[in-house]
Amino acid sequence: MKWSEFFVTGEPLIYAADVAIVLTMVGIVFVLTYFKKWKWIWNEWLTTVDHKKIGVMYIICAVLMLFRGGVDALLMRAQLTAPNMNFLDAQHYNEIFTTHGTIMILFMAMPFIIGLMNIVVPLQIGARDVAFPYLNALSFWLFFFGAMLFNISFVIGGSPDAGWTAYFPLAGNEFSPGVGNNYYAVSLQISGIGTLMTGINFLVTILKMRAPGMTLMRMPMFTWTILITCVLIVFAFPVLTVALALMTFDRLFDTQFFTMANGGMSMLWANLFWIWGHPEVYIVILPAFGIFSEIVSTFAQKRLFGYKAMVYSIVGIAFLSFIVWVHHFFTMGAGPAVNSVFSITTMAVAIPTGVKIFNWLFTLRKGKIRFTTAMLWSLAFIPNFVIGGVTGVMLAMAAADYQYHNSYFLIAHFHYVLIAGVVFACFAGLHYWYPKMFGHMLNERLGKWTFWLFMIGFNVCFFPMYFLGLMGMTRRMYTYSDGLGWTPLNVVATVGAVLMGIGFIVLCYNIYYSARYGERDMTGDPWNGRTLEWATASPPVHYNFPVTPVVDDLDAYWVMKKKQGGFQVKEEELKPIHMPSNSGRPFWISVAFFVAGFGLVFKWFALAIAGALFIVLGLILRSFENDDGYHIGVDEIKRTERAARKGA
Amino acid sequence: MGTNGHHESFPWKHLIGFVLSLLLTFAALWVALSSGLPLKAVIVVIVLFAMIQASLQLFMFMHVAESDSGKVQTFNMVYSFFIAVVVVAGSVWVMQFVL
Amino acid sequence: MGEAVHRYDETMPLEYRTEENRLNILGFWIFLGAEVVLFATLFATYLVLFQRTGSGPTAQELFQVKDVLIETLLLLTSSFTCGLAIFEMRRGRLAGLLAWLLVTLLLGIGFITFEVREFIHYVHEGATMQTSAFLSSFFVLVGTHGAHVSLGIGWMIFIIIQLLQRGLTVKTARKVFIVSLYWHFLDVVWIFIFTLVYLLGMVV
Repeated sequence: MKWSEFFVTGEPLIYAADVAIVLTMVGIVFVLTYFKKWKWIWNEWLTTVDHKKIGVMYIICAVLMLFRGGVDALLMRAQLTAPNMNFLDAQHYNEIFTTHGTIMILFMAMPFIIGLMNIVVPLQIGARDVAFPYLNALSFWLFFFGAMLFNISFVIGGSPDAGWTAYFPLAGNEFSPGVGNNYYAVSLQISGIGTLMTGINFLVTILKMRAPGMTLMRMPMFTWTILITCVLIVFAFPVLTVALALMTFDRLFDTQFFTMANGGMSMLWANLFWIWGHPEVYIVILPAFGIFSEIVSTFAQKRLFGYKAMVYSIVGIAFLSFIVWVHHFFTMGAGPAVNSVFSITTMAVAIPTGVKIFNWLFTLRKGKIRFTTAMLWSLAFIPNFVIGGVTGVMLAMAAADYQYHNSYFLIAHFHYVLIAGVVFACFAGLHYWYPKMFGHMLNERLGKWTFWLFMIGFNVCFFPMYFLGLMGMTRRMYTYSDGLGWTPLNVVATVGAVLMGIGFIVLCYNIYYSARYGERDMTGDPWNGRTLEWATASPPVHYNFPVTPVVDDLDAYWVMKKKQGGFQVKEEELKPIHMPSNSGRPFWISVAFFVAGFGLVFKWFALAIAGALFIVLGLILRSFENDDGYHIGVDEIKRTERAARKGA
Repeated sequence: MGTNGHHESFPWKHLIGFVLSLLLTFAALWVALSSGLPLKAVIVVIVLFAMIQASLQLFMFMHVAESDSGKVQTFNMVYSFFIAVVVVAGSVWVMQFVL
Repeated sequence: MGEAVHRYDETMPLEYRTEENRLNILGFWIFLGAEVVLFATLFATYLVLFQRTGSGPTAQELFQVKDVLIETLLLLTSSFTCGLAIFEMRRGRLAGLLAWLLVTLLLGIGFITFEVREFIHYVHEGATMQTSAFLSSFFVLVGTHGAHVSLGIGWMIFIIIQLLQRGLTVKTARKVFIVSLYWHFLDVVWIFIFTLVYLLGMVV
């Protein structure tokens, strides 16, 4: 392989990126060495099995990926602002929309949600950690190294360029020679394994580690949504695992799954991809619904309206999500019988979602509403998401979809549900749980600036796209002609995108500013919250609760505050606490996955096998592991609790 | 809660499970290769035999319903099987238009 | 539900006696649920593609009843002996447990040997996984199952080593139970391979 095939050459922006990457790596090594933090980063972060720290690491990665995905978006908007622009050629444009989609869904939304899940769920159920802390760490590092593998593609070897949906035959060897789509197949596979493990982990955690008295129907709504999301993860991700494996076999070993000759069936890829892909979007949106439920009830200071209906709705949505997938390819030719059935199931899934919207509205009714930043994001979600939702019902009508499919109408629809649904929830959840994560608040004034810039920018960017779609503008086109009348709305859309970018910058500034000057959370309960995570210090001590709380009712902490003035712990009740030990193996096993993956991408099979052997070694060492963790003695607990209460 | 294995002195459950599995295996083989039934009937019967054998093994060999989490475990297997049917039957049905 | 039982309850089998054990076993059942969907996807792919033989051989031309029957009997019997191993374990008999595990292992190795021979035979006949969609999906479905069995054999060996080193403890009992769940599960999957790949291939 020539150097010019290994490194991406000929593009000034890519060379600039190469320089930036090298400088960043050197910078990180320099800072760690200068401040003598190697041991700290290894002991406190790289080997941690603590769900709170793992959650923080997920969120940091998600924000960085939001930056990269956002830059991709701005590049696309720049290219499309005017007809016949030469800013990005077709190949480059294809690479950018592919990385934009893949990064935003798999490396931004998923880790953000999983990060919040990690930080919040064990606290909400009164547990000390998740069921399998070591596995949790492995999940994170697999995600991280899968994402790393995907992210280096644009400078080493070349980005995937067949769209985030990677349809065959385009994604096959004949039409996409080169390593780009190998990166897609392998990196998503690695991250996907991590996600599957997270699903299993949280499912067992929620089912078996709830505090005494917390029956399923007394769980916080966020925890409910995570429970159901985990069921979706466990049953949907294996489909992706197989689909990506078949893609890998076709690309690397010349099998005939999705080829155009020898019996292969290209369209089977789309079928398998979407059997996973549809539940995937519910995997990101259900936790978002859970976040909104928490925030709306907290800042309306009212119990969530219709708890049971909310639970049944989530279960209904999850059940239906597995039987709607064909709506992603109504135009592929399955015929009227198939299309009709899936049209009906797709429209049906809108119903439980509608129930939830009404329940949020009824929660707000007669509540004492506090307009914090988190609440603003949640309030804006309702109308904006509904716009996305109703356009979804339009798309669900198979016959009509022949007009909308793969036009800008579709792009507008899914950005309305994904941004107004998932991204708003991530921002809302970030503001809401920030004090719990870091011990200080995010600045409210800056938060509101971010909100207005981003929310208005989002509408200015994507609302015109409904009309562009109806006017005939197709998805994934790198330029368009003059005289079609599409230019004005494209200009408007670009303005909106820029506003969103500015909003994001303000958010980053907020994070920096608040770290230096932010208001510290001394009580652990800055919002007068309703659920158990607010009964801990901010940030919580490493074992979360000195004793396991006993739960009497829904909104457990609210009830505790009413009855007893808070979470009371008697020192006589303290017992030694068993904690799991840190481990470097999840990190090293994931490095081995990265190495093996890199080998597969470039078909350097010796490297791939070497990586695989290290993975197996890691598993064997784990099997023989005898480390049972350690105990925190009662004296240490007393000291830690007193220090936490003093607001140290 | 609690299990039964340890009150038995002979692994009856396993033996019965094994024998029935063998019977179902040979029965399916016979139906497919020697019974002379029409194709559709053969398929229905052998798939049915497979499902019975699988359930048998889940209960007799794997003790799926045992322990505090028995109900969860059983529901998990039933639901995963339901998803399996959706994926298999759904894919075959949806993709049949491709010649 | 959800209450932690930290005491060792002497009426329960060893593998259920600690909270950690119960969590691990439940976690593994859920993992098996995911594996059901994994194999379902492979089956779906196979059933969609198995009649698309291009210019290559068909199932009827390749599959041989004798070999399939031998493989089936080896694996089914190994699942039975694995059950016997657990039975011995629950009666606290380490020697019996080890003996039946060894038999299970040998039967498993027998299964893999026959399967590898089957695959090599097909390749010699010119039927490789690159030949047609049918063969790609056959080799990947049955091969994935075979790879799972091979991994299981390795896993079982390491557990046997731990039993020899550490004896039958709460921890090793749990590990044995979990690998046995894995082993039984692979036989359950084989029932469907036997039915939907080999039997179906021989009649359609």
